[in-house]
Amino acid sequence: MHEYDIAVIGGGPAGLAAAIEAKKNGADEVLIIDRDIELGGILQQCVHNGFGLHIFQEELTGPEYAERFINELKDLGIDYKLDTMVLGITEDRIVSTVSSSDGLVSIKAKAIVMSMGCRERSRGAINIPGSRPSGIFTAGTAQRFVNKEGYMVGRKVVILGSGDIGMIMARRLILEGAQVQVVAEVLPYPGGLIRNIVQCLDDYDIPLLLSHTIVDIKGKDRIEGVTIAEVDEKRKPVKGTEQYYECDTLLLSVGLIPENELSKGFGVKIDPVTGGPVVNESMETTVEGVFACGNVVHVHDLVDNVTEESRKAGRNAARFIKDKTSVYGHVINTKPGKGIRYIVPQIIRENNVEHSIDLYMRVDRIFKNEKLVVRIGETVIKKINKAYMRPGEMEHINITAEDLKAGDHSLLTVDVE
Amino acid sequence: MGKTAITCTICPIGCTMEVSEDKSSTSGYLVRGNSCKRGEGYGITEVTNPTRILTSTVKLKNTNLKRLPVRTDKPIPKKLIFACMKEINSIEIDAPVKLGAILIENIFSTGANVISSRTV
Repeated sequence: MHEYDIAVIGGGPAGLAAAIEAKKNGADEVLIIDRDIELGGILQQCVHNGFGLHIFQEELTGPEYAERFINELKDLGIDYKLDTMVLGITEDRIVSTVSSSDGLVSIKAKAIVMSMGCRERSRGAINIPGSRPSGIFTAGTAQRFVNKEGYMVGRKVVILGSGDIGMIMARRLILEGAQVQVVAEVLPYPGGLIRNIVQCLDDYDIPLLLSHTIVDIKGKDRIEGVTIAEVDEKRKPVKGTEQYYECDTLLLSVGLIPENELSKGFGVKIDPVTGGPVVNESMETTVEGVFACGNVVHVHDLVDNVTEESRKAGRNAARFIKDKTSVYGHVINTKPGKGIRYIVPQIIRENNVEHSIDLYMRVDRIFKNEKLVVRIGETVIKKINKAYMRPGEMEHINITAEDLKAGDHSLLTVDVE
Repeated sequence: MGKTAITCTICPIGCTMEVSEDKSSTSGYLVRGNSCKRGEGYGITEVTNPTRILTSTVKLKNTNLKRLPVRTDKPIPKKLIFACMKEINSIEIDAPVKLGAILIENIFSTGANVISSRTV
C-alpha cells in the first residue's frame, strides 16, 4: 500500500488549490488523483474569459487560470496520478483506485481532501415530456465536444435554462456559425450572472424567455423541434401559450449537483439543501481527517471563490496531520433563517477560528434594499445593508472571532430583514 | 441617434440604463437609470465604442487534444467579432505550443493579437 500525508480526490481548481496550500503549510507527501487525462478539470473546456478577477486581478480564460496552478503544483513537486478512478474511500482514510496502467492500487493517507466537483442535471432530472431523439445535450457536454474534441453539436439550437454554461454556449455556438433561437427559463428571473446575460445573449440578440419551459420534444432519430409554453407562479404551463420552435439541437443548462457518491459510500453527512457534505470552519466533513472544498460542497458561481475555499481546506488538512486542530471548546451550528437557502460552513468550532470566518450563503429569491442580519441566539452580531441580492450570486459575510463570542448560545442564524 | 437601452455589467445589480445624445453635457451623452458614476462611463462606452475580448478555439494537430483555446490579447470592437472569427477558423496549429504564443498578429488591423490560452 502506498502512503501519503494528504490524498486529494479530483484535480480541478479545488483540488489544485488545496494540494498547493497543503504543501506550502508543511504536508510533505501530497498526491492528487484525477480520472481525466490532464489536470485542470472543467476549466480546460471553459475557453471564455472572466476567471481570476479576485485572485489575480486579471480576466483570464479557464485554461490560463488552470495553467497558473498546474505550474505552481509542478514547481512544488506535488505528485499526481491521472487517468485514475477512485472507487471508494474508507473511514480510516484508505483510498482505493483503479487505472489501466497500474490496476487496483490502495493509498493510505493521513488526511483526505475531496474535490470532485459537480455534474450537470440532465433531462431525466427535470422530466421533460416528449420523444427521446438524439441531439439533446447538457450544456457542459456540448462545451466539451466543441471546445476540446472539435465536434459541432448542431446548427439550429434551443437552450433550456439560463445557467451560466448555457448562456456561454449560446454565444460559443453562434460564433461557430449556429443559429441560437431562444433561451427559455422556468423561473421569473435569470439563473446566471448578469455579465453573461449581456455579453452572451444581448450582444447577439438571443431572446431570453423568463417563466417559460419546454412542454414537448418532437423528433424520431434526431430532435426536430420543441414546444415552449409560459408557466404560472406554480411553474405549471399556461394553456394557449404554446409555441413551436424548429431545432436540431437542445441544450440543457438546468443546474448542477455536487458529485458525492464517494462521500456517501463511507458515511459523510450530506446537507440536503446544498447536496454536499456538512463541513466545519476548517472545511472538514463529519468524518475526522476528511476535508471537502469547491463544487462538491456547494455549487459556486465564481472559480475565485472555489480557490479561496480550497486553500482553506488544504491549509487545515496540513494542520490536522500535525495535530494542530482543536476538537474541544465551544461549538456553534449555523442555520439559514428567513430568505436564506443555506449557509456553509454548517459547524463552527470557536477554538479553530483565529481572526475571522467567512460564511457563504444563497438567498432564495430576489431582494432589494434589505439587510442580512446575523444573530447568535437572540443577540444581533452583524447587520449588512444590501441594495440587491439574487439567488444567482453567492453572498458572503465575514464574522470576527470576537463577534462569535458575543453570545454563549450555540446557534448562529442569518435572516433577510 | 435615439435612446439606447443598456444593462450595466459593472456590478451584480445590473442597472437598466438609457443612453441618449446630449449636446449640453461634456461627454455629449446623457445616461439615465444608473445608480453610480461607473455605470455612466460604461453606458457611454457601450454606445460609442463597445469592445470585447474574443475567445475561441483553433484546429490543433500532432496531439490528443483536437482544439487549442485562443483569445485576443486586447478587447476588439464588437462589430468586428464575426470577421475575426472567420480568420481564426482559417488557421491550423501544430503542437507543441506555449501559453501566450502569438498565432495571428494584429488581427483585422485591430491592434490585437490572437494568442494561445494554454500550453500543449
